[in-house]
Amino acid sequence: MIQETDAKKIIDQARNYAQGKCQSIEITVNANNVATSRFANNEMTQNQAPEVLDLSIRVIKDGKQIRLSGDDSSEAGVKKLIDSALESIKVLKPDEELLPLEILASAEDFEKESEMASRIDEEAMAMSAQDRANQIKMMIQIASSEGLSAAGVYASGSTLQAIGNSQGDGIVCHQESSLESSITVSTPDSSGWAKMVASQLRQLDAHALADRATTKAKLSRAPHDIDPGRYTVILEPSAVLDLVTFLWGDFAATSHLDKQSCLLGKEGERVFGTNINILDDAYDDMQIGAPFDGEGKQRQKVQLVKDGVFKNMVYGRKAAKKMNHKPTGHGVTEPSSMGEHPMNLVLEGGTDSLGKMIESTQKGILLTRVWYVRLVDPARKIVTGITRDGTFLVEGGAIKHGVKNLRFNVSLLDLLNNVESMTLSNLTAGEEGFPAVVPGMKVRDFNFTEMTKF
Amino acid sequence: MDERVLRVLDIAQNLGADYADARLITKEFEEIETKGLEVSAINRGRSEGIGIRVLVKGGWGFASTSDLSRDSIEMAARRATAVAMASSGIMKKPIKLAPEPVYNCFWESPYKIDPFKVNLEDKISVLTESAKTILAVKGVSLAMGHMAFVKEMKEFASTEGSRITQLLIRSGCGIEANATSDSERQRRSYPKHVGQYELAGYEMVQKWDLPANAQRIAEEAVALLDAPQCPQGHTDVILGSSQLGLQIHESCGHPSELDRALGQEINFAGASFLTPEKLGKLQYGSHKVNLVADATAPGALGSFGYDDEGVQAQKVYLVKNGLFTGYLSSRDTANIIGLERSGGCMRANSWGYAPIIRMTNISVEPGNDGNLESLIADTKDGIYMETNKSWSIDSMRYNFQFSTEIGWEIKDGKRGRMLKNPSYSGITPEFWNSCDAVCDASEFVYWGEPNCGKGQPMQLMWTGHGASPARFKNVQVGIARK
Repeated sequence: MIQETDAKKIIDQARNYAQGKCQSIEITVNANNVATSRFANNEMTQNQAPEVLDLSIRVIKDGKQIRLSGDDSSEAGVKKLIDSALESIKVLKPDEELLPLEILASAEDFEKESEMASRIDEEAMAMSAQDRANQIKMMIQIASSEGLSAAGVYASGSTLQAIGNSQGDGIVCHQESSLESSITVSTPDSSGWAKMVASQLRQLDAHALADRATTKAKLSRAPHDIDPGRYTVILEPSAVLDLVTFLWGDFAATSHLDKQSCLLGKEGERVFGTNINILDDAYDDMQIGAPFDGEGKQRQKVQLVKDGVFKNMVYGRKAAKKMNHKPTGHGVTEPSSMGEHPMNLVLEGGTDSLGKMIESTQKGILLTRVWYVRLVDPARKIVTGITRDGTFLVEGGAIKHGVKNLRFNVSLLDLLNNVESMTLSNLTAGEEGFPAVVPGMKVRDFNFTEMTKF
Repeated sequence: MDERVLRVLDIAQNLGADYADARLITKEFEEIETKGLEVSAINRGRSEGIGIRVLVKGGWGFASTSDLSRDSIEMAARRATAVAMASSGIMKKPIKLAPEPVYNCFWESPYKIDPFKVNLEDKISVLTESAKTILAVKGVSLAMGHMAFVKEMKEFASTEGSRITQLLIRSGCGIEANATSDSERQRRSYPKHVGQYELAGYEMVQKWDLPANAQRIAEEAVALLDAPQCPQGHTDVILGSSQLGLQIHESCGHPSELDRALGQEINFAGASFLTPEKLGKLQYGSHKVNLVADATAPGALGSFGYDDEGVQAQKVYLVKNGLFTGYLSSRDTANIIGLERSGGCMRANSWGYAPIIRMTNISVEPGNDGNLESLIADTKDGIYMETNKSWSIDSMRYNFQFSTEIGWEIKDGKRGRMLKNPSYSGITPEFWNSCDAVCDASEFVYWGEPNCGKGQPMQLMWTGHGASPARFKNVQVGIARK
């Protein structure tokens, strides 16, 4: 895969060729070689090793802008892309909201200000197909030794993102190693699931994932029927993440300009319980991802919610100008309709453990994973979804038995006002959004509306 | 056929591949978005790369690259082979492929106007003209619009001898009007949520005439703010054809994917209640329900000439007179359950990823219950729901809950009050067995869904769903706001 010097060469070629042909140019290079090995029914089902490079340029000329993308990073390819942009831009009308590009922060600035831990692990990046297969063999063995069936993924590789523009000769570049593993272990009438993402091999314990999924599958055998209704729930971190991920966009300034946010007009007000604190912090030790936004602007740490009070939004440059605020380094690749998005969420946790939450619960439901969560009512932030892969009745302070999966309709505004206790926060992966640092939660009055057949 | 495609196969065979296929794809695309009266995003581009899939000792391997140099292609073939070798050590049984004839041909999707030859200004003016109309309606808070066009040249070759070249052109367009109050965010979309997409040229944009529908959706979005809520309870429901298209997608299309039914996607996308022992036995729906997977439907988004493992496009019944009769399948899964031939459903979202089983055009065949107005006239008490707003279904595809943008009360055969936040839910086979009427061909539309997600890493895919409005008896409604 290409390295930072290769990315800079591509960006310099574009800058040099565009000089004098337009007011400014911004070049983004994305590359990844993350290979994914997939297994199911205790055997390998798919195994792929792509090498992907995307080149994207934004050309600004005569008060107009256009973005073109391609994957030919040769000198001829770069020139062709710019020529095509210059031709296409002719028919556009000037964009009255267009902002001039800014000089990007230097690498030294990033290092000094962030003191960010390295997210590169050579050992993780060097994993071969056989190394992944060995991990998968071990995971399958844990399930099959109990007579159960395992399915999942083990992915490894690295990603690179680099941005440069014509306002200087530097670039911002971020490379990190990338690991992901998840496993579903099934019995004929139950299943268990576990997932992790990491940038360091030592952080990804595939053995522990397989153990956890196997234990859950066994524990949830012969699930009982249960009446839908309002229950206290204990949400494991992945379940928390796949719910609250639907709130992140409501902290984007553009969603307020568009009058779409459920937090519209509530800045400075208490919107959640006083135990809720949410940050966007790209530099948190547990985070993954680049410390700059889609325009190469350095990400700032932003306190979104403090003691339940909606304190701040995140701003891309365009929304910041309209709302007379400083941009926070959360812009997406421009031009865009979205504007910005928080990307490195840290929902501060508590000191409880899942075990203690169970012990303190007279009657409740423990959820491993929620699935197919979708927005039903944007104003009240009601989402629906359904549980899967390990749903248990808790009674008298202990897990009683597995129950059939339940559909829920829950207002996220209510949910974050009903949090009784939390575990420590950790980097967590779900399936509905990007990973974030979130805790497990015990929540009262969680609204289950229907039960399914399994 | 590009010699690089043939060379990568030679390399793979020399490295020990028992079977190999390769796809060289060149894709040109254009996306336009408007917000208010402004163009909020224009993204044009071109992508070219090669993907090679190999079978070594019964295990699959796949590798891809956008670097089409000699060295890079050779490295991709080596990576694919090494990956397949690693796979072969974790196989209970070696993978075998159901037989398929060898093809040597060119196939082109039907289109009248190449969208890449239409002036960008003309495209933008359709969207801004629509936005002007939407914003002129008092109470509208936001107008959005978009168009997307893709031209894909796909060259496929296999070590069995197939040499297939396809040119596919897809086009899409849509507008939406949003209205906001303190307690409501309401949206109306046209032609449907996320727009309409077809395997067609720019003529589809002209056909759907966005500006002519802008005022109606704007007025409806504003009216929804003060409309009564959808009631809670059980009643008869008539689904508009685009909503029924998504219902088919989620509750028939996905569960009939054979890889899901065999447990191969259980870790993420999920499994299926349509397990192989139910084939030919399960009464999936009422006798009114005929569901077909038809990759040959002209202009429908999920059509093609040949799938991404070189199987010719087919028409396969999934449900015939309510009985579960067929699967969406691939060459390897067809072999597992003893089908004579793959159903031709393997597709990848780009050269970069290995193909998986995907829906083609999964449709409910038109019935003989008249048009929408006559079906409403035949309904004593119920709700007509139109245009999807949200969708969710469990991982076995039993329990679902859908919301639509808008609904209307039906009383004594007449369309009555507008209802906001309509929702309905149910269990798939119970729901389809409650279908007592399907409108005729005069109401039939092939709707296109541009972003069906499946696989790890997730791949997005174009799927089509033909439907006429249909009626379902005694359905749970309004539970979303319970």
